[in-house]
Amino acid sequence: MIAENIAFGILAAAMCVSAFRVVTTKNVVHAALYLIVVLAGVAGIYILLAAEFAAVVQILVYIGAIVVLFLFGIMLTRAPIGHEADLDNEQRWAALVVALFLFGVLGSVLVNAFHRVHVRPETVGTTSDVANSIFTTYVVPFEVVSIVLLAALVGAVVIARRD
Amino acid sequence: MLLNEFLILGAFLFCTGVYGALARRNAVLVLMSIELILNAVNINLIAFGAFRNNIAGQVFALFVIAVAAAEVGVGLAIVMLIYRNRRSVDLTEVDLMKG
Repeated sequence: MIAENIAFGILAAAMCVSAFRVVTTKNVVHAALYLIVVLAGVAGIYILLAAEFAAVVQILVYIGAIVVLFLFGIMLTRAPIGHEADLDNEQRWAALVVALFLFGVLGSVLVNAFHRVHVRPETVGTTSDVANSIFTTYVVPFEVVSIVLLAALVGAVVIARRD
Repeated sequence: MLLNEFLILGAFLFCTGVYGALARRNAVLVLMSIELILNAVNINLIAFGAFRNNIAGQVFALFVIAVAAAEVGVGLAIVMLIYRNRRSVDLTEVDLMKG
C-alpha cells in the first residue's frame, strides 16, 4: 500500500511541475519536452490504476506519434528555436484568474463528494477484457472512430497540400 | 489510494491546460495545452473505471486518445496553412474578423 502512495507522490509531483512548465516556458521546444514528461507520468498513473493496455497505448500513441507531430509542427512553422521574447498574449492575467477559480471550484466539489473514498483496483483491467468490450459492447463506436481517423487523415492531407 | 488524489491531479492538469489555451500566443503551444486537458479527462475516466470495476472507463479513454490523435493532425495542418499564408503563427495577429 505504501509503495503505491510513494509512486503516486513522485509521479504527481513530476507531472504538476512539468505541466506548469509547459504553459510558462519561453522556449517552444522545451514545452514539447515537458509535455513528454507529463504524458509519461499519465501512463504511470494508468499503471497504478491497473489499466495496462491504456498505459501502453498512451506511450505508443501520445509520446510516440502526437509529440513527434508537435515537433514537426514546430519545425515547419519556423518557431524560433531558443528563447523568444514573449510567448504569452496580453490576457494572461485574466486567464490565470479563470484557471485558479476553476481549480478552486473543481477542488472543492471533489473534496466534498469523494472525501475519504478509496480506490483499490481489485481486478486488473486486462487487455482481454478491453478487447472483449471493444469488439462486443462498443463495436459501433470502434468503427466510428476508425472513420473519424480516416476523415482526419484525408482532411489533413487536403488542408496542408500545396497546389 | 484515495480516489481524490487522482481526481484532483486531473483537475490540476485541466486547469493548467485551460490557462495555457487562453494565454499562449503560439498556435502549436495552444494545441499542446489542449492535449493537457484531454489527458486530465483520461485520468478521470480511468480512475472512475477502476473505482467502479467497470472496463468502460478504459475503453472510453482509448477512444479519447484516438480522437485526440485525429484532432492534433487536423489542427497542425490548419496551423501550417496559416503559417504558409501569413508567415507567422502568432495568434494575436490572426484578427481579421475583429470589429
